[in-house]
Amino acid sequence: MTLDINKIRKDFPILQEKVHGKDLVYFDNAATTQKPTQVIDEMVKYYYKYNSNIHRGVHYLSNKSTDGNENARKIVQNFINAEHLHEIIFTRGTTESVNLVANSFADRYIGEGDEVIVSEMEHHSNIVPWQLVCEKKKAVLKVLPFNDNGELLVDQLDGMITDRTKIVAVNHISNSLGTINPIQEIIDIAHARGVKVLVDAAQSVQHLKINVQEWDVDFLVFSGHKLYGPTGIGVLYGKENLLNEMPPWQGGGEMIKEVRFEGTTYNELPFKFEAGTPNYIDAIGLGAAIEYVENIGLDNIDAYEQELLAYATEKLSSIDGLKIYGTAEHKTSVISFLVDGIHFYDMGMLLDQMGIAVRTGTHCTEPVMQHFGIDGTVRASFSFYNTKEEIDALYNGILKVCKMFVH
Amino acid sequence: MTINEIQEEIIEEFAGFEDWMDKYAYLIELGTDLQGLDEQYQTDQNLIKGCQSKVWFNASLEEGKVKLEADSDAIIVKGIAALLIRVFNNQNPEDIMNADLNFIDEIGLKQHLSPTRSNGLVSMVKQIKMYGIAFNHVK
Repeated sequence: MTLDINKIRKDFPILQEKVHGKDLVYFDNAATTQKPTQVIDEMVKYYYKYNSNIHRGVHYLSNKSTDGNENARKIVQNFINAEHLHEIIFTRGTTESVNLVANSFADRYIGEGDEVIVSEMEHHSNIVPWQLVCEKKKAVLKVLPFNDNGELLVDQLDGMITDRTKIVAVNHISNSLGTINPIQEIIDIAHARGVKVLVDAAQSVQHLKINVQEWDVDFLVFSGHKLYGPTGIGVLYGKENLLNEMPPWQGGGEMIKEVRFEGTTYNELPFKFEAGTPNYIDAIGLGAAIEYVENIGLDNIDAYEQELLAYATEKLSSIDGLKIYGTAEHKTSVISFLVDGIHFYDMGMLLDQMGIAVRTGTHCTEPVMQHFGIDGTVRASFSFYNTKEEIDALYNGILKVCKMFVH
Repeated sequence: MTINEIQEEIIEEFAGFEDWMDKYAYLIELGTDLQGLDEQYQTDQNLIKGCQSKVWFNASLEEGKVKLEADSDAIIVKGIAALLIRVFNNQNPEDIMNADLNFIDEIGLKQHLSPTRSNGLVSMVKQIKMYGIAFNHVK
């Protein structure tokens, strides 16, 4: 099926906006995606008609909001094909999901001298929580490296695993390089040695269909706002047996069964890990976003975004002095680049003046920048609502900047 | 010239630019022309760290006047630093301390005043003012 991009673009009000008097070209999708009216309207509807604190309410509105929240959980479950509904925990986002697992998993399973493996291409949010935990537990953090194309050296993984290794935490897709990592292979290697795996899917759920049961992954984390949903809502999927064995991370309302000063007992999954009033309106928004994406079809989205990636890669590569960082064989629609003699910040600032939104800097992946010996890059990341004409605008914009620097 | 007179002069200059490209081309020119800092002065102590680009300022007091030098790895940021130097170089510490900066707003560079993650223009101004305070104390 070919996507009707013009029709799709009408679903996203912000794409009609002007920036500095020019048509907005939004190429910062890896940082956050724009929201379709279907998501915005659903959330507004709840605020207008149904808002009420969820769970344990006796009245009509509370039941409506509770239904909305739990329906969203069901949508997430189907989206990633989790076996059980209670394996879906709502969090604030990917970062909180990783922190939850790092802390709770470590409390139960990680001790002095144990090991955690992350990759060299992780986002800081899948490095720092593990560093904190390793420091606390006197455990060791090991790093799986990548090659200069930006491909993980997966064949080294088995050799890095010892009988002290407890978990491998790795991203499915790199936010700064666009690399699609061979997650099935990584899981199989780890599991063969009895090691658990957490997959950071923040950059992949919006591009590729994920099936947690097929992968047999232990933990999967992602954010709503990179999936066309609202900010402030994210997901932790965990296998039932692990989540049951792990202690609660945050305490408060909702997560308890009985509270006594002599000792408190905890609620069942998923509520054990959802302390405090849940972010139910954003959860409902996330549900609407997933329905929107599934309606278009992830296969269609992937096919079209690959087309955009190929087109942009070819065009940008033809620019004199432009170097692309992240040239893996399997990539998603992310292009990190630098032009000889032009600082990424200058490039980003000037493109902005032309209405083109790109991200500049380290993209919260300083180790990736250190690998290449650079301070940062310009990153253009495409979504299914982008067009080849917009890529032409980026191409022409870069040429214009180059010209400004020649004089 | 006083700090305010220089600011007025800059505002007038920028008013002559017809579009953003002229303005930024001028900043690029200023950045390119600004004599950078000797590597010995590109130290962590002189570094003003924005998240995106590096800026180094070096200051000294000569005959009661503050002497400023700066460098940056991003050329537009260096151009902005050049404007700040033009305003503050050779001024009295006390005048720097008490200066009311309005030209940044007036020439449409306010977007670069974002307190986080940008080029650290706020930090640059703050650093220069700190030099003013410090040298005023020394005097």
